[in-house]
Amino acid sequence: MKLRLALGMAAAALAAFGAQAQTIKIGELNSYKVFPAFLEPYKKGWELALQEINAAGGIKGRKLEVISREDGGNPGDAVRVAEELITRENVSVLMGTFASHVGLAVSNLANQRKIVFIAAEPLTDKIVWENGNRYTFRLRPSTYMQVAMLVPEAAKLNKTRWAIVYPNYEYGQSAAKSFKNLLTQAQPGAQYVAEQAPALGKIEAGSVVQALAEAKPDAIFSALFGADLQKFVREGNIRGLFKNMTVFNLLAGEPEYLDTLKDETPEGWWVTGYPWAEIKTPAHRKFLAAYQAKWKDYPRLGSVVGYSTMYTVANAIRKAGSTEPEKLIAALKGLEMDTPIGPIVYRAVDHQSTMGAYVGQISKKGGQGVMVNWRFADGALFLPSFAEVRAMRKD
Amino acid sequence: MTVLAIRNLAKAYGGVQAVRDVSFVVAAGELLAMIGPNGAGKTTCFNMLNGQVTPDAGSVEFEGRSLLGLTPRQIWRLGVGRTFQITATFGSMTVRENVQMALLSHHRRLWSLTALATRSYADDADALLARVGMREQADRPCAVLAYGDLKRVELAVALANRPRLLLMDEPTAGMAPRERNELMQLAAELARSGGIAVLFTEHDMDVVFTHADRVIVLSGGELIAAGRPDAVRADARVREVYLGTGDA
Amino acid sequence: MGSVPFFFMSASSILIQFLNGLASASSLFLVAAGLSLIFGVTRIVNFAHGSLFMLGMYLAVALAPMLGFWWSVPLAALAVAAFGALVEATLLRRLYAAPELLQLLATFALVLVIKDFTLWAWGPEDLLGPRAPGMDGAVRIAGLRYPEYDLFLIGFGPLVLGALWFLLRRTRWGTLVRAATQDREMAGALGVNQRWLFTSVFALGALLAGLGGAVQIPREPATLFIDLQIISDAFVVVVVGGLGSIPGAFLAALLIAEIKSFCIGLGYSKITLVVEFIVMAVVLVIRPWGLLGRMPAQSRGPGTVELPLAFPTRKALAALGGMAMMLALVPLLSAGYTLVLLTDILVFALFAVSLHFIMGPGGLHSFGHAAYFGLGAYGAGLLLLKGGLPMELALALAPLLAVCGALVFGWFCVRLSGVYLAMLTLAFAQITWSVMFQWDAFTGGSNGLIGIWPSSWLSSKTAYYYLTLATCVGAIALLWRVLHAPFGYALRAGRDSPLRADAIGIDVRAQQWAAFVFAGLFAGLAGALFAFSKGSISPEALAVPRSVDGLVMVLLGGIQTLTGPVWGAALLTWLQDAVSRGIDYWRAVMGAIVLVLVLVFPQGVTGFLRERFAR
Repeated sequence: MKLRLALGMAAAALAAFGAQAQTIKIGELNSYKVFPAFLEPYKKGWELALQEINAAGGIKGRKLEVISREDGGNPGDAVRVAEELITRENVSVLMGTFASHVGLAVSNLANQRKIVFIAAEPLTDKIVWENGNRYTFRLRPSTYMQVAMLVPEAAKLNKTRWAIVYPNYEYGQSAAKSFKNLLTQAQPGAQYVAEQAPALGKIEAGSVVQALAEAKPDAIFSALFGADLQKFVREGNIRGLFKNMTVFNLLAGEPEYLDTLKDETPEGWWVTGYPWAEIKTPAHRKFLAAYQAKWKDYPRLGSVVGYSTMYTVANAIRKAGSTEPEKLIAALKGLEMDTPIGPIVYRAVDHQSTMGAYVGQISKKGGQGVMVNWRFADGALFLPSFAEVRAMRKD
Repeated sequence: MTVLAIRNLAKAYGGVQAVRDVSFVVAAGELLAMIGPNGAGKTTCFNMLNGQVTPDAGSVEFEGRSLLGLTPRQIWRLGVGRTFQITATFGSMTVRENVQMALLSHHRRLWSLTALATRSYADDADALLARVGMREQADRPCAVLAYGDLKRVELAVALANRPRLLLMDEPTAGMAPRERNELMQLAAELARSGGIAVLFTEHDMDVVFTHADRVIVLSGGELIAAGRPDAVRADARVREVYLGTGDA
Repeated sequence: MGSVPFFFMSASSILIQFLNGLASASSLFLVAAGLSLIFGVTRIVNFAHGSLFMLGMYLAVALAPMLGFWWSVPLAALAVAAFGALVEATLLRRLYAAPELLQLLATFALVLVIKDFTLWAWGPEDLLGPRAPGMDGAVRIAGLRYPEYDLFLIGFGPLVLGALWFLLRRTRWGTLVRAATQDREMAGALGVNQRWLFTSVFALGALLAGLGGAVQIPREPATLFIDLQIISDAFVVVVVGGLGSIPGAFLAALLIAEIKSFCIGLGYSKITLVVEFIVMAVVLVIRPWGLLGRMPAQSRGPGTVELPLAFPTRKALAALGGMAMMLALVPLLSAGYTLVLLTDILVFALFAVSLHFIMGPGGLHSFGHAAYFGLGAYGAGLLLLKGGLPMELALALAPLLAVCGALVFGWFCVRLSGVYLAMLTLAFAQITWSVMFQWDAFTGGSNGLIGIWPSSWLSSKTAYYYLTLATCVGAIALLWRVLHAPFGYALRAGRDSPLRADAIGIDVRAQQWAAFVFAGLFAGLAGALFAFSKGSISPEALAVPRSVDGLVMVLLGGIQTLTGPVWGAALLTWLQDAVSRGIDYWRAVMGAIVLVLVLVFPQGVTGFLRERFAR
């Protein structure tokens, strides 16, 4: 009993010390070693934002402190790491995660432990809709939103026979499903003549290319990315699949994926992405200059996501004037803020930000892929109605 | 009393007739040696008795009951014990535990999840070990025993289900001459005191003629002679095909 | 789902898909041949073989701009061979006398180190190599464009097969390799210089892996994921073909690559996720030693013999009881993260002990134990969310799903032995994984199920910790106790000498099957506890890395002692937690720690302690 008392006093003393130190602790977790190509730029992004925020005096004189952890890329470890951040580090907010299943698991924990979680990278629609919860907010435009941004361009071309290829897991499945739903709405005569769903990272590109060609499609919709995309592009180029073929490829304009294609970059594909070198808005110029000054490297989309996630946290705390979860939730619902790629709002109805993406075509310039004919698609215009969202969300 | 009766046993592998038309019996309390040069069919014959090889023709009857088609496990349950040419014991167990396993099996207690294996039938095991002269080494791991001692352990294991028939494949292989005689002496005593029929194969003629009550001789898959050791030793055909020109 | 239109393939498409299969088979064959050679001679299950393939890829990509693609391929392969020789001579050689599978632990550690080395040396981005100069275009076949380089690969595989055939059949070295593959002890007795033979075989195996990687760079980018992908494919090919059989590996590579190619051609691409494991399971059930494999020579017992199992002394029991008591007192000191970590450790300890139950005393090396952990976890989630059962009931009934899995899979598995058995367990685990992964409507697909929380009276960390502690301690005690019962002894008897066990009336298969189910039950219980502690469950709970973690825990702690798996689980879980928090290249550090542990304590940590105190 005595021991317990002593420990309790020690804990109280520590807590008091923590309060005096005046920092606001933010817990960050991500699969840094599992997806380093995407998460190193992401980390650089939030580190830049953190530096800016603290250089500007923090929030009401209190500095932000980010405690960053490796989540190992699997939900079990991620939940343990998040627990550690919550219980041992006493963080006020959680942010991060990359893969959808990890994001969902942490979101689920946040709901249970009643702590706000800003999901940075996960694309799954479920994290804000079917499995959405009170404590989780998501920054990035979701799979559905990015598909919806491409569909108007697809419908304009009025191609009848569509072939679809996507990695066989939730992201690819929901991308394919959304594409078919939305395109059929926009263009009722569309036919889907072939569907290929290779295992993530294990595409047999030659066989897939041949199978798609066999179906004689007018156009292809692809949700491939990473190594699968590279293999698909090279095989398709050699085998002539893309000659006179309209191709739509989700995400392929993001520097993370586009830059690896180099001189294999196919011409004229429609993509969502991030043409960092060509965005001339003041907000982006400022971000680009600061990023390049600090890191001697150009930003990837992950950098923007990391940067904006950090600012989301800071702005929410500033607006709430507190780190109380309930006050933070109130502040985040409808929070308006700027990002390097435009102003966003966190929708009160589903906690999804209206962050947009760039839609355009890709082309090869000097052995490198670039986006051309691009325009910015505001995320707010590509979300389902409030009524539809309310039907999907359970709360 | 006949314990084991073999009639017209035959087995061919491909075109080679490994065993043809072999018949013999083993009586209770009797040590019968099966001998023959390499390739004579001893091993095939032996394996047909213990369920490892199915014969093409003939019958194997133990106490009037056919053993054909039975697994080694079922044959053991009927009361047939075995020792192997290369000893097979449980290396990660003590000598006593090896015997206890056989006793547990005999009493059909192998599936017990609650009993303590080391406390099951320990006295019975010690009694069996005493009979083979291994009581003092009961607590030693089998993995560290001398070869001759392992043979004794096998004998104790074989006795655990009170067999009426003991099949011993090359029981003295790999042992020193003195050990051989001791082991066979032991087997003979056990057989006679317990009325156990013993069938063994053997290379060492000294062992055969010292300890066997009767001898059968295989050559080229056929039984060419059977009888008391002296008679077999004197048999001209045996001398010719098996012992060559030399003295026995 | 299900909207894929089925269509028949045109004749030209059939031809092209057939050629696609041939080209893919070539690269697969190279890796598998190396793995098969190494296993055949040294009996090492080389987990790092995929890492050697990955090194070959990265080296070739790095060398190609300087030397040109065609020079980069052989040089990369030679560099990997040299690295392989070094690894064998400095590391693996020290472990040949250690218990079976310990080398596996060492090669697992190498995987971690090589992965982080690659990340450090070449950075995180995927590197797409150049097209092969002179073969960068396509030729017309049946009116369709087909890559020239793929034609080269189609010829290259058989060429290597021929070269290996010559090497093994027509040289003295080859004779020695074949002798050692058939009978290692015999070859040793014949005066073969084993050291040199083993090193050279390992180097050749590494060369083939490196070559396989290097020739692949015009077709796919070098990525940090490729090591684990390739290793599972290569294992499948080796086992389907028959361990140690090079022509078997070729045949199996061909079979699997063609099946994949035609699955895609016919519009059944989704099944490529798991098709090789289905093939492997079918082959192993029908032909237990692979297509061209031979029944392995009965090994003459494990490298080291286990000591008899002594019932714990009063002192030891008191110490174990005391430890449980101390664990029960922890919540009085800390209600925070310590409990979270300890909950994980307890769950994994139970998982590892259940694996050890069949692996140690049972001698059934399971590479797919996560299947039962995962089935238990999914059982919990499904009963709670879809079945609407109260949490307590869901927790109690969930392990039954694991039992069902173990009943079916175990029946097939206990008919095999050694590595074949291990691979069949892996195949079943992968098939189970793919069902969970694909069955979106029921299991939540790749995202899994969320909202699996304990009842309110158990929702505090302390309460759930006590539940976990009581369940795991009770279950572990039960498993240990069963090993001291006749059932456990009969299990060990079947492992020590199947011949003798059979001859004294022990139904070895039946006992092993029962043990498999028993272990599955407790792995399932661990999984169910895991699900409720995390609040969610995803296919990762039954994926390969979870099975590997189990193996590492058992081997690290010491397979020859009962308490080993518990210490192994605690050590590995704690290390992962501690190392990943503060260290950038934490995987390499983990790998290095495991390597040191393996070299210093080849009997596992507890085996080492016991030897120390026994003296």
